[in-house]
Amino acid sequence: MMLEYEFMQNAFAASGMVALVAGVVGYFLVLRRQAFAAHALSHVGFAGATGAVLIGCSPLVGVVAVTLLASTWMGLLADRLEGSDVATAAVLSLALGFGMLFLHFYTSGPSSASALLFGNVMGVDQDLLWQLGAISCICLALMALITRPLVFSTLQPEVALARGVGPRKVAVLFLAVVALCTAVCIQIVGVLLVFTLLVGPAATVQLFTLNLRRGAMLAAALALLQAWLGLVLAFYTDWPTSFWITALSSTIFLLARMWRYRRTHRVPSHAH
Amino acid sequence: MNAIEVTDAHIALVGNVVLRGVNLSIAQNQFIALLGPNGAGKTTLLRAILGLVKPYQGAITVLGKPAGQINTEIGYVPQTRSVLAHANMRGIDFVASAIRGAQWGWPSLSASQRHEVDWALDRVQASGLALRAIHEMSGGERQRLLLAQALLGRPQLLLLDEPLISLDLQHQNNIIALVREIQQDLQITVLFSAHEINPLLGVVDQVLYLGNQQAALGTVNEVITESVLSRLYATPIEVLHQRGRVFVMAGRTEVVKPDHCHDA
Repeated sequence: MMLEYEFMQNAFAASGMVALVAGVVGYFLVLRRQAFAAHALSHVGFAGATGAVLIGCSPLVGVVAVTLLASTWMGLLADRLEGSDVATAAVLSLALGFGMLFLHFYTSGPSSASALLFGNVMGVDQDLLWQLGAISCICLALMALITRPLVFSTLQPEVALARGVGPRKVAVLFLAVVALCTAVCIQIVGVLLVFTLLVGPAATVQLFTLNLRRGAMLAAALALLQAWLGLVLAFYTDWPTSFWITALSSTIFLLARMWRYRRTHRVPSHAH
Repeated sequence: MNAIEVTDAHIALVGNVVLRGVNLSIAQNQFIALLGPNGAGKTTLLRAILGLVKPYQGAITVLGKPAGQINTEIGYVPQTRSVLAHANMRGIDFVASAIRGAQWGWPSLSASQRHEVDWALDRVQASGLALRAIHEMSGGERQRLLLAQALLGRPQLLLLDEPLISLDLQHQNNIIALVREIQQDLQITVLFSAHEINPLLGVVDQVLYLGNQQAALGTVNEVITESVLSRLYATPIEVLHQRGRVFVMAGRTEVVKPDHCHDA
């Protein structure tokens, strides 16, 4: 059986933890309509990972450090970044470019680049598992701490400000959580597929529930289901895990969209 | 004790003086229309009452305390933001998000807090909106929810920033009647900013008119006059009364035009 292998045990544990966190954080990310921030942070994380390897650190340390820096910067400039998609795109390209450059100097072969870009959950060892667990716990704890002011400030920034919640403070804290979450997601599905865990399940769940708390829980459950089902499929087909998780995430979202569309556009029977 | 006391307030926004040496005494238990041309400082004055903008000279006192110190006793409805047009959540969750919204933690409501939310929804006749999605509501329905949220904590003072914007005439009248009823039942002070006086005629106790860095407070007949408005618009103004409506004219053009845009 697949759970006899230690690498599979680690893969299940790692992807499970990360999926739970990504589901919850992603739900609020989608609510705030900031999905693009996760995309930006993951690209910046690529440069952090390759840069860290180059100077002899672990890639995870590099990703965490760089994404936290970038997220703070984005949070502080939040109002000014709105609509500045060209500037953001330029910074993203630059980050990927630097990532490329660092890889070029550190010639360990293209396989590590592919692991960073598309994830390598089967390669998670005991040490990395503990690190992922610690960061995931910090993420969830911080998220639970900031949820109330975050939701208030998202929906009613002016009133929240009048009650003493600065939108900038909330933005910086939340983006720090997103940065940590992105960092652990990268270890599972890679820089380019972070959306599949962070945004996919949350977007799907928002089609079905309007209830905030239930929504966050359901998004976590769905992300977990996708991650574990992806692992099982990957084990038996020998295709990459990230492919399966992405395929599941997108298929479920599209099916949900179609179901919603048919339900809302159905002609009522009494109309005839 | 007055609801709002403004003493020789000078307020500037990014270097532009909006109000210069304004003095106001607003008594409690009044429905006050806040009027004035665009850029006259209606929103700025509301934000100053909340302490979000500080006068560079003079002082603002709210219910006996310096502005900004008792904001939990003020209900505030800013101009609607686009966020709500996309908010995929229930009406009741939106209203409840303001309860202890400034405190850290995971949102959860006690029985009495849930009761308070139900009371507020009922108060604005929006109990039927509790379980519906905000992004599927009309502008008038969303305005009711905003009002319900502002009533949480039973404030003594309600600040409403252009609540009639993008509502059609019938919904405008519904909101005005609702606010008047709440104001009288709860015996509170309401500052209601609006583009023009006509929908509010016969409902308001007083008018606070801003313009030309100055302010005028009084009844409709005291403030909507040629001498006062000519001062506030810094140009000769003619005030015409016709069929129970007021037309504010500068030369041959109407200065204030009715704004009944229809909401999408």
